Amino acid sequence: MNYIWFGLFMSGILVAAFTGHIHAVTEGVLTGAKDGVLISFGLISVIAFWLGMMKIAEEAGLVQLLAKMLRPISKWLYPSVPSDHPAMGSLIANMSANILGLGNAATPIGLKAMRELQSLNGDSTTASDAMCTLLAMNTASLTLIPATMIGLRMEFHSKNPGEIISTTMLATFIATGAAVIFDRFFRRVEAMRWRRRNRI
Amino acid sequence: MNLFSTLSAFALPATIAAILIVGITRKVRIYEVFTEGAKDGFTTSISLIPHLVAMMVAVSVFRSSGALQLFIHLISPLLHRIHFPAELVPLALLRPISGSGSLALVTDLFKHAGPDSFLGRVASTMQGSTDTTLYVLTVYYGSVGIRNPRYSVKVGLLSDLVSVFASLFAVHMIFGK
Repeated sequence: MNYIWFGLFMSGILVAAFTGHIHAVTEGVLTGAKDGVLISFGLISVIAFWLGMMKIAEEAGLVQLLAKMLRPISKWLYPSVPSDHPAMGSLIANMSANILGLGNAATPIGLKAMRELQSLNGDSTTASDAMCTLLAMNTASLTLIPATMIGLRMEFHSKNPGEIISTTMLATFIATGAAVIFDRFFRRVEAMRWRRRNRI
Repeated sequence: MNLFSTLSAFALPATIAAILIVGITRKVRIYEVFTEGAKDGFTTSISLIPHLVAMMVAVSVFRSSGALQLFIHLISPLLHRIHFPAELVPLALLRPISGSGSLALVTDLFKHAGPDSFLGRVASTMQGSTDTTLYVLTVYYGSVGIRNPRYSVKVGLLSDLVSVFASLFAVHMIFGK
């Protein structure tokens, strides 16, 4: 993360300096900072709403029901999370929100899952295995109905706005599968390195 | 295909309705419980400000300085060799770092090539099939104070790469050229 941040910043400043529009950097800093604050404030509304909804779903036993139904998948994906832990319910609700195309519900629920995983993680500053898997799932984001894209295609008078559902499903399935495999692979690599280091 | 857009329009209201109906039939005090849950929304969002500002500033400098264009210019010969459509290079690069930026590129492609062209279809699939990796990493890890993301960055970016080629492949397979 540190290197990415450094790389984005420095390459930007260097390019601007050499191409002679250094003022673009100043402008970029200001608009970027403003965007960051605006997005955070914009999130208040959706996060508040979906955390409220999630609380109802929890008290009504809906989350637990969903968790029970999807237990085989979730146990395989998150072997380190006890299946009766509240984090499991949120992890599954997050996955369901992604699949249903409720993009703005997925993030608040995902953040709730992160908080619950963090309590299992002993408030460490290092990500746990389960967190890495959750992030892999959410950066790849299994989407069945790409609502935003269908909307945009309609605006541009596509003859068939929904025709990209099949291609999106195929692509998202491949990418999410790959993300889960990468997640497992790098975890194993990390464990192997750790073992080797401790033997020497 | 209208069925799908109807379905997607109904997904949100139907989910809300289902939660409310099950809640009230199970005698949950839905109003009070909702407000209790929603209380955490403010603190969660506010705690994201430093992380989002940090990331958005870097991304914005990278884009506005022309560094992104330079980068695209440098790697396009390489992509050309593997027959990757040149028009899609900026989108493929911007997708993992900026959701609004890549959406703007898709809009631009729609304007020039049309949504039903090969490029338009691949762009739609690329934009729709994955999420903005850098944003997700920033927000998720930022919200609980994780400083060491381990291999998450690698996994996120690699699966974005897979998603780019998977989108090309999917459009090729389903629509042909």
